[in-house]
Amino acid sequence: MDPNFIKPFITSIQNVFSTMLQLPVSIKDPTIKTGQQPFDVSGIIGMSGDVTGSVVLSFPRDCAERVVALFCGQQVAFETADFNDAIGELVNMVSGNAKALFPSGRKVSISCPSVVVGAKHSVARQSDVPCIQIPCVTDCGDFVIEIAIKQRAAADPASTDAAATAKA
Amino acid sequence: MKIMLVDDSKTMRNIQKAVLAQLGHTDVVEACDGQDALSKVQAAKPDLLLVDWNMPNMDGLSFVKAYRQANKATPIIMVTTEAEKGRVIEAIKAGVNNYVVKPFTPDLLGQRIQETLAKKAASAA
Repeated sequence: MDPNFIKPFITSIQNVFSTMLQLPVSIKDPTIKTGQQPFDVSGIIGMSGDVTGSVVLSFPRDCAERVVALFCGQQVAFETADFNDAIGELVNMVSGNAKALFPSGRKVSISCPSVVVGAKHSVARQSDVPCIQIPCVTDCGDFVIEIAIKQRAAADPASTDAAATAKA
Repeated sequence: MKIMLVDDSKTMRNIQKAVLAQLGHTDVVEACDGQDALSKVQAAKPDLLLVDWNMPNMDGLSFVKAYRQANKATPIIMVTTEAEKGRVIEAIKAGVNNYVVKPFTPDLLGQRIQETLAKKAASAA
């Protein structure tokens, strides 16, 4: 995958978390995801247009609870609509900002976010798109952003939207 | 001064409400998407609207275009993750008066709101 499509997510996640949560994020080396690492909360966004695929922000429960409390300015009960809304808005901001930093000329739309909550779930993706996993370290705990996107080939007029499916 | 917040995220509406409260604006009407906003806007008669772009049912741009057919004067601030220059131009052409990219600091949103209300007051004088 072209690093020019990965760097924007690193910039964006640091920008979103520092601006909205006053929470610095340290980034570990990105890797290609091979196995399934289970998480408790995932926010998912699909990308369509000149870049297609999915972006997933996945948290262990403890970390998600701390992050949401910072974002909302108060504790929010786990597995409530408000909790899911906050996770969805975070992945929405991270993805929206990242796409604005893509190499110029790319027209990309993002979907409304989906949120999966369930102990030890994993998120499956299109098998033909490599998934880059970026570990993020914060004072609230560690989480990951997973990016499985590809540029649409010039000869491929059919845009295939993200086909992320969740398996709890 | 009545302000309408149009955003599908309750979290984001709450953050915006907190900023508005700091500025002394507590008369707020909320809508969760463009369709909901269209159904409420006539009765609510807001003096300012803060509108998200990406929402289910009716997105913010479609709402602005529909709203501007009947109302040319009430200022609208788009508050969105859509940061590309082309998107900003598209929104301004549709009738948006000011633009805030998420993420934002409370200070920035407050500044944009005050700028927009000051311009409205100046044009009404």
